[in-house]
Amino acid sequence: MAHSARRDCPELPDFSLLKRLARDRLIYLLEQLPGKKDLFIEADLMSSLDRIANVSTLKQHEVDKLYKVEYRPVVSTSDQLCFLIRPRIQTVKWICDVANADKAVGRLRKYHIIFTPQKFFACEAVLEEQGIFGDVTTDEWSFYLLPLDDDVISLELPEFFRDNFLAGDQRWVRTAGSALHLLHTLYGPFSKVYGIGRFSKMAYESWREQVEEGEQRARQAEIGTVFLIDRDVDYVTPLCSQVVYEGLVDDIFRIKCGCVEFGTEVTSDKSLKVMLNSQDKVFNEIRNEHFSNVFGLLSQKARNLQTAYDKRRGMDIKQMKTFVSDELKGLKQEHRLLSLHISASESIMKKKTQQDFQELLKTEHSLLEGFEIRESICFLEEHIIRQVNMMESLRLLCLLSITENGLLPKDYRSLKAHFLQSYGAEHLLTFSNLRQLGLLVEQPAGETLTVMESRVGKLVNDKTAGKLTGAFSSLAKKSNFRALSRKLNLVPKSDEEYDLRVPRDMAYIFSGAYVPLSCKLVEQVLERDGWTGLEEVTKLLNGQEFAVTGSIGADSSTKSDAQRIVIVVFLGGCTFSEISALRFLGREKGYKFIVVTTAITNSSRLIESLLGNIA
Amino acid sequence: MMKSKADEEDYWNSSKFKAFTFDDEDDEFSTLKESKRTVNSIRCLVEEDDDKEEVEKVSWNGEPVSSNSWSVSETAASNQRAEREPAFPKINTVTISKSHSGYSLSSLFKGETDGKVSLTGSSVLMMSSCCDQDYVSDWSPEETVHRMQQGKVVSLEKFRSLQDKLLLLDSCVAAHDGNVITAVLIYLKRTLSKEVLFRELEPRQTALSHLIHYLTETRDQRLLLELLRYTCLTCFCFQLLQYKEHLSIADENKRRDFLKSCLSLPFSPEDSSHVQDHYTLMERQVIIETTDRRAERGEKVERALILNMPLITTLSYCCLYHYSESEGTFSSPLNIRQTFKISEKQFFVTALGARAKLKAWSDVDALFTSRNWLGFTRKKSPLGFQRVVDILQKNSAPTQVLQDYVALVDDAELRITLAQKHKCHDIVINTYRDLKDRQQLLGYRGKVERGSGEERKIDELLNNLQIRWKN
Repeated sequence: MAHSARRDCPELPDFSLLKRLARDRLIYLLEQLPGKKDLFIEADLMSSLDRIANVSTLKQHEVDKLYKVEYRPVVSTSDQLCFLIRPRIQTVKWICDVANADKAVGRLRKYHIIFTPQKFFACEAVLEEQGIFGDVTTDEWSFYLLPLDDDVISLELPEFFRDNFLAGDQRWVRTAGSALHLLHTLYGPFSKVYGIGRFSKMAYESWREQVEEGEQRARQAEIGTVFLIDRDVDYVTPLCSQVVYEGLVDDIFRIKCGCVEFGTEVTSDKSLKVMLNSQDKVFNEIRNEHFSNVFGLLSQKARNLQTAYDKRRGMDIKQMKTFVSDELKGLKQEHRLLSLHISASESIMKKKTQQDFQELLKTEHSLLEGFEIRESICFLEEHIIRQVNMMESLRLLCLLSITENGLLPKDYRSLKAHFLQSYGAEHLLTFSNLRQLGLLVEQPAGETLTVMESRVGKLVNDKTAGKLTGAFSSLAKKSNFRALSRKLNLVPKSDEEYDLRVPRDMAYIFSGAYVPLSCKLVEQVLERDGWTGLEEVTKLLNGQEFAVTGSIGADSSTKSDAQRIVIVVFLGGCTFSEISALRFLGREKGYKFIVVTTAITNSSRLIESLLGNIA
Repeated sequence: MMKSKADEEDYWNSSKFKAFTFDDEDDEFSTLKESKRTVNSIRCLVEEDDDKEEVEKVSWNGEPVSSNSWSVSETAASNQRAEREPAFPKINTVTISKSHSGYSLSSLFKGETDGKVSLTGSSVLMMSSCCDQDYVSDWSPEETVHRMQQGKVVSLEKFRSLQDKLLLLDSCVAAHDGNVITAVLIYLKRTLSKEVLFRELEPRQTALSHLIHYLTETRDQRLLLELLRYTCLTCFCFQLLQYKEHLSIADENKRRDFLKSCLSLPFSPEDSSHVQDHYTLMERQVIIETTDRRAERGEKVERALILNMPLITTLSYCCLYHYSESEGTFSSPLNIRQTFKISEKQFFVTALGARAKLKAWSDVDALFTSRNWLGFTRKKSPLGFQRVVDILQKNSAPTQVLQDYVALVDDAELRITLAQKHKCHDIVINTYRDLKDRQQLLGYRGKVERGSGEERKIDELLNNLQIRWKN
C-alpha cells in the first residue's frame, strides 16, 4: 500500500503535550491536598489514568493506597480520602454514603472529590441533598483529551453516545466544545471548520463562545482544518463487521484505551496485555490492512527477520559485539511482536472462517447492495430462531432497517416476535430504544413519508404534533441510505474485481463492498472546500451542515501545510475501520488526518449501549 | 415573530446601556470583558453584508446580554440561536453555507400556535424594560447561564416569577449546555408545583429530556412515572418504564405478580400481546420449576434453571425433560407451542436441538417423517437440511446419523462439502458417481483408508464399464 502514498504529507503535531498538561494538572490538584491520602479511582478511568501517570507518580504526591470505586463501604484507615471520578450521580451518592457512615460513628476525615473532565451541578445537588455539601471539597481535573496514538485522540466518554442521542441530554456538548478549544489553543488557530449534525453544530458554537471569552495568542497554526460529524449521520459504517486488522482485533478481543488483552487462545500460557499503537513496528504495518493481506505481510516480515538474524554468521568478535548491542534487542523485540500477531491472526482466522461468519458477511454485503433482500430476511429469521449470537441478530436487524428505509410491518412484527421469544421478552425495551434512535423501525403502513408529513402539517394544532414531526424527521433521516449510496457512489459495482492488496478507494476496509459514508463526506467536503454541490446529499442527511472560514494573519506557505492537517471529530464514537479509511485517504490526497473521538466504538459497543434489559 | 425596526432600535439602546452599567458592582476585569464582548458583536454586525435578511440581523442580537432579547418559548429561543450564522470568533466571517434548520416548517408552525406564550413574552418585555433601574445589579437570564457555564457563583433565587423561571430555562436550552439545563431544572423542580412544571415542560422537548434523564439517574421513579404519564401520550414511555421495573424485582413470585399488574397498562396492541406472553411464560416457569424441583430430589442430574429465561430456552427445556407429555400439562412442548403460537420452523429447530442433545435419534427421525397419500414415508424439513446437519453435528451426532441427513442436501456441491467434512464417504462416492466425475472419484480414493470397504467400492465403480464418465 505504501507505494501509492504521496510524499508530501505534512508532519503530525506532537500530541504528547496533552498528556504532559494533564499530568501536571493532576499533580497540582493532588498537591492541593497535602499529607497522606488514599485515592479512590472510578473503574473506567483507570486505563486513561494509566496513560497519564503511573503509580510512583501518585506515590510521590503522597497517595498512600489506591482503590477502585466499587460502591461498597470503604475499609481505608486514612484520614484523607480523595476520589477521582466521572461526574456521575451514582458515584457521588456512594461518596455521600461513605461520609455519612463515618459521621454516624463519629469519625472525622477529609473528603476531596476530583471530577474529570468537569463537575456537574447535578452532582453538587446530590452532595447538598445528602447533607454532605461543605464536608467535601471538590475540584475539576480538566483532562479532556487522551492521545491514543500519533493520530488518534479520544475523550474516553463512551456515554456521550447514549446520553446525547438516546436520552437527549446535552451535558457533554460543552465538554466537546472545551476539548476543541484546548486543541485550538495549543495547535490552532483553526481557519476552516466544517461540520454536519446537530451536536456538531452545538459543540462548534460552544467552542466559539469559549474562544470569544478567552484571550487569543497569535501563533503559527499547526492544524488548520476541522471537520465535525455526529455519529447519527452515519450508522451504517459502525454496524458493519470490521475486516481490517485493527478493527478485527477490536471486534474480537476488544481494544481498551489503546491496549488489548490477548487470552490464552493467543498466548498459549497466560493472558497478556499489549499496547497497540504505532510504536509497535509490526502492528503498525498491518493495522490498516485488509485481513486477507495480513498473513502475507507477516510471513514476509518473518523472512526478513530470519535474514537479519542470519547476518551474525561469519561475523568476527567486534562485529558480533556491535550486533548484540545495536540490533539484537530490536530484533528480539520484533520477533516477540511478530509471533504475537501471528498467533492473534490465527485465532482470528479460526473464528472467522466458521460457516456462520461467512454467511453473516454475505448477508451484510447483500444488504449494503440492496440485493436478495428476501433471502437476507430469511437468513436473519433463522439466525434468531437458532438463538445464535443475539448481538449479531440485532446488528443485522438494524442494518436491514437502515438500508431498507425501515422494515415492512409484516417483517418487523414477525422478526420482533421471534426475537423476543428467542432472547427474552424484556427486549421489547431494547426495541423501543432502537426505534427511538431510528435504528430499527417499521415502515409506515401503506403511506409514503411525504403523505404522512403533510398530514402532520394539518394536525399541527394538536399538541402532540411537534413530537410527531420529530419522530418522522428522525425516521426520514435514516431512510435514505440507497439514495445516498447512489449519489456518493458508496457501493462499488460488484462485477468488478477488487484487489484488496492494492486498494483503489476506501471501500477496501469493507472488502471492496462499501465506502464508509462518514469518510466519504470528509473526502467530498475537503475536495470542494465546503458543501457546495452536495446539497442533495445534505438534504438526505437532514441538513444541519455548516462550513466556516476565517482568515488569520499567518503567512500563506505554512498555512497550506497546516491546512492539510485535518482534525476529524466524531461525536458519538468512531470505529477503527473509519480511522484506517481516513489514513488511506490521507495518503492518497496528501492530507494528515487526526481523529478526535468521544470514544472508540464498534457494532457491539454501539448496540450494547442501547440494550434495554438492564435494571 | 419578527421585531419591528423600532423594537430593534430600542433593544439595542437598552442592551448597550445595560452592558456598560450593570457591571458596576462587579470587578473591573469582567466589566472590561463584558464591554469587549459587546463591542465585538457590534463590530460583527457592522461588518455584515447589508443585503442580509432582517431576521438574521435580529438573530445577531442574541449575542449581547439582555433578558428581553429572548422570547419565552423554547422553539423561538432556539430559532434565534440557529439562525445565527456560523462564524469564526473575532474573525471576519465568510459564510459558505446557510443553515436550513432555522426555517423548518414544523418550528414555524409551532411558533404560530404558541400564541399564549409569546403574549407572556411581550409582557415580560415591557415589564423588564420599565424595571431596568431596579434590576441593574442583577444578572439577566443569559448572563446567569453564562456565569453558570463558567462555574461561577450565581443565585437562582431571584428568578421567582414563572416568566423569569421560563426565561432562564429557555436561555440555557439555547446555550446547549446540558449541565446548566439540569441545574435550572433542579431549581424549577424545587420551586414549582408538579402540575405547573409538567405543563411548562411539555412544549419544551429538550428540557423535558433533561429532566427525564436526571430523574432516571437519581432513581426518582415515582416522579418520573408521573412526568411521563403527563407528557408522553403518543409514545409508550410511561408503560415501558413501568414494565421495566420488573427487572429489579428478584423474587420470582413478586416479579410474576408485578408483570400481571402490567397487563392493564395501555401498551401498543403489539407490545400488549408481548407483555401478556411474558406474564404467561413467567407463570408457567414458576409452576414447572416448582414441580420439577420437587420431582428432582430423587434424580442425580442437576437441571438448568429456567426462571427468567427466554421462551425458546423454556421450550427447549421442556423438549429435554417433558418431551412425551400429553398436551394437557403445562410443561408439555406441544402445549407450549400452542399457547405461545410458536411457528412450525421454530418448534422444529428447538425440538431437534433438544432431542439430538439427548441422542434420542429415533425422536429426531420422527420429526422429519411425514406420510404421503400412498403411505410411504419420506423426510421433510421446514429447515434446509444443511442447517439440520449443522445442528446435529453441534450436538455431536455420530456419522451414521449425520449421513442420513447429509444425503438429503439438495445441492450436490454443498452435499459433497458437508459429506467430506463429516467423513460420510458413501455419500461422497455416490455423488461423484451420479455426477459421472471420474477424476474427482480417483482423487477421493487417496483420502479413504487403505484396504477399507470404501476403497473397494471406489475401485468397483472405477472398473465399472457401464458408467459413462464425463472425464
